[in-house]
Amino acid sequence: MSEVKNILLCGVGGQGTILASKILSTALVAAGYDVKMSEIHGMSQRGGSVVTQVRYGDKVYSPIIGKGSADILVSFEAMEALRYLDGLKKDGVAVVNDYRIPTATTLSGQETYPADCIEQLKTLVNTKVLDAAKIATELGNSKSMNIVLLGALIKLMKLEALDWDAALTDNIKPRFVTVNRKALEAGMAAVAE
Amino acid sequence: MKQLLTGNEAVARGAWEAGVRYASAYPGTPSTEILENIAQYREIYSEWAPNEKVATESAIGASFAGGRALAAMKHVGLNVAADPLFTGAYIGVNGGLVIVSADDPGLHSSQDEQDNRYYARAAKVGMLEPSDSQEAKDFVGIALELSEQFDMPILLRMTTRVCHSKSIVDLSKERTEKPPVPYAKQDKFNPIPAISKRLHTKVEQNLKRLEEYSESSPLNYVEWGEKKIGIISSGVAYEYAKEVYGENASYLKLGFTFPLPMRKIREFAARVDQLIVVEELEPIMENEIKAAGIPCIGKEKIPCEGELNPDILRQSLLGEEHKTIRYDASIVAARPPVLCAGCPHRGFFYELQKMKNVITVSDIGCYGLAPKDIAICMGGGFSVAHGAQKIFDSESDGTRKRCVGIMGDSTFFHSGMTSMLEAVYNRSDILMVVLDNRITAMTGHQQNPGTGLTLAEEPTHMTDIAEVAQALGVKHIRTVNPLKPDDVRDALKWGMGFDEPALLITRWPCALKKMTQTDIEEFGSLRFVNCVDPEKCIGCRACIQTGCPAIEYHADSKKVTIDQIQCTGCDLCAQVCPKHAIFREEKQNV
Repeated sequence: MSEVKNILLCGVGGQGTILASKILSTALVAAGYDVKMSEIHGMSQRGGSVVTQVRYGDKVYSPIIGKGSADILVSFEAMEALRYLDGLKKDGVAVVNDYRIPTATTLSGQETYPADCIEQLKTLVNTKVLDAAKIATELGNSKSMNIVLLGALIKLMKLEALDWDAALTDNIKPRFVTVNRKALEAGMAAVAE
Repeated sequence: MKQLLTGNEAVARGAWEAGVRYASAYPGTPSTEILENIAQYREIYSEWAPNEKVATESAIGASFAGGRALAAMKHVGLNVAADPLFTGAYIGVNGGLVIVSADDPGLHSSQDEQDNRYYARAAKVGMLEPSDSQEAKDFVGIALELSEQFDMPILLRMTTRVCHSKSIVDLSKERTEKPPVPYAKQDKFNPIPAISKRLHTKVEQNLKRLEEYSESSPLNYVEWGEKKIGIISSGVAYEYAKEVYGENASYLKLGFTFPLPMRKIREFAARVDQLIVVEELEPIMENEIKAAGIPCIGKEKIPCEGELNPDILRQSLLGEEHKTIRYDASIVAARPPVLCAGCPHRGFFYELQKMKNVITVSDIGCYGLAPKDIAICMGGGFSVAHGAQKIFDSESDGTRKRCVGIMGDSTFFHSGMTSMLEAVYNRSDILMVVLDNRITAMTGHQQNPGTGLTLAEEPTHMTDIAEVAQALGVKHIRTVNPLKPDDVRDALKWGMGFDEPALLITRWPCALKKMTQTDIEEFGSLRFVNCVDPEKCIGCRACIQTGCPAIEYHADSKKVTIDQIQCTGCDLCAQVCPKHAIFREEKQNV
């Protein structure tokens, strides 16, 4: 019986975490895993912090992950990685996008955005830093940043053998499939040893 | 075929499979997507109702006429629908009727975390509680069968985690058409006291029969594992218990949760050393089990506040905790949801905040993210303001407090119209404001009676808020563009100048709204963006005071910039800039 793997995806409303987790779970289901995925709707399009949890294995019970139990944390925004770091296993891996989005409180000057958040993260846990926005823009569509990060996740979770082409085709408009396939590959390459 | 579905998508699929003919709802997180998904099945006549009471009544009507029917709402919506639910329980059904209540433990997007399992007990109707999406789909069909068999509406109780989690669902079943049960005039449809007395007797008898069903129902089953610990659980809490105990406990899994199968519970309890009731929120099963003389552990260990999760169970029952990475989380800045860039509410609140001695009485919608003094429930904005004003007016401390009641367009149609009538009828002097952003925005853009479109996006009558107010007797009505702060300021002064109720309507579409042709004709195509001229910007931060998330102040250069992707060119910042450093131009294709 294969043990249950836990994935945390976090970011800011509008960054495409939900689409990335949809593509991920489509491929996992097609590969025969039991899959559960949890996200909270409602406030997400108002620039709030968002987190999606994906669990897969032979049999999954809880749709949500406890603290200290994610195998991987993929943060679509730099500071958000620190917000959800307590969800990660001590020997887990954090993938962080070098992309900063100010918050209402940092814009108004009530709080300061922690400039060294990625450096701090590196001292705490095995961290892979990606400039997914730059990679995606170079490939021709800055909006496929989320798929670059998904590619990194696939590589690090050793899920390359799954049918990603089918998962992309199922969830993305045909004219965007090619650029996103490239984005996925670029994301995998970015974290290759 | 197997597919990953949310609980809400699964409920919609279950309704389709079970031959539901009519479905109605008022949107509310976490229930909204149930009707949005039902709307994709052409065989089901589905609609948005102005509120949950109306949705439930319409579904009851469809059921009496013989069609299988469904109404869906969030937990607080069932408070609104409680009146037809209770008498509907006496009358029973003709075609099967299922009422979905989506509770929100943890208050992800709600004003309270009431436990609607109490409603099954109070109204005396059966209740089912799915634990995952497969059960959410299957339970709809079972609920409809039970509704017809036991002549009562059945409550399907979901929670946020069941509604919004995805799990695998078998979609091999097709729709079974259920032709309407022939309608015949029956005494029970007319609950006058003499008839209702008999109906009450019927309810009690049906509940007894339902209790027997609960004892033999395949939805209530035992899974044997280690017998030292026996766990009784339902809904998503069952999944958490399995996660924590696995094979190290035995389970009595309850899918049909009212009435409880007390014989089955007693037999299960007798075969385990220690009985634990794992339930989210209130100790409802625990109290009933204890009242039946069966000892069990429950809320003395498991909290009754907030959402449960495996960690909480592990900690409260086993005293164990996962090791986590230790770090200083205090450096992480808060990221609260805010009014979006370009939100038309921003201009209104920008001016309102400047007024002195004003008490802002708001209610439920996006505008709840703006500063306010008081809020309670949908449609409460005017009536709460009215009651408060009566007391403030009786004070004689020299400074007159003025109440401004606020609600949105959808909220006005939901239950604000009676609230407005209260103010008119009882000679109020409050200022009422309807923030009309041409859509039900908070729940993700649903149509409402003011948008001119139905759930199926077919054209319908566009109810005019000013006309409604006029008919209710409001004499002073003004409509403004909320993104024109000078106009808003004038209108607020105007609105406070009466000793009668006045109505201010702010009319501008939500910044995220998919514009219809009618919208474009009225408001233009709105393809603008605002930009800062750094030569003119003096870094005074007047524009920051609007609270727009697209504007950023840079301490190093002492200038502001505007994020061109977020900006919708609403032009509010340009109007508050004292140096005219912000200008507006046509948006290039991005």
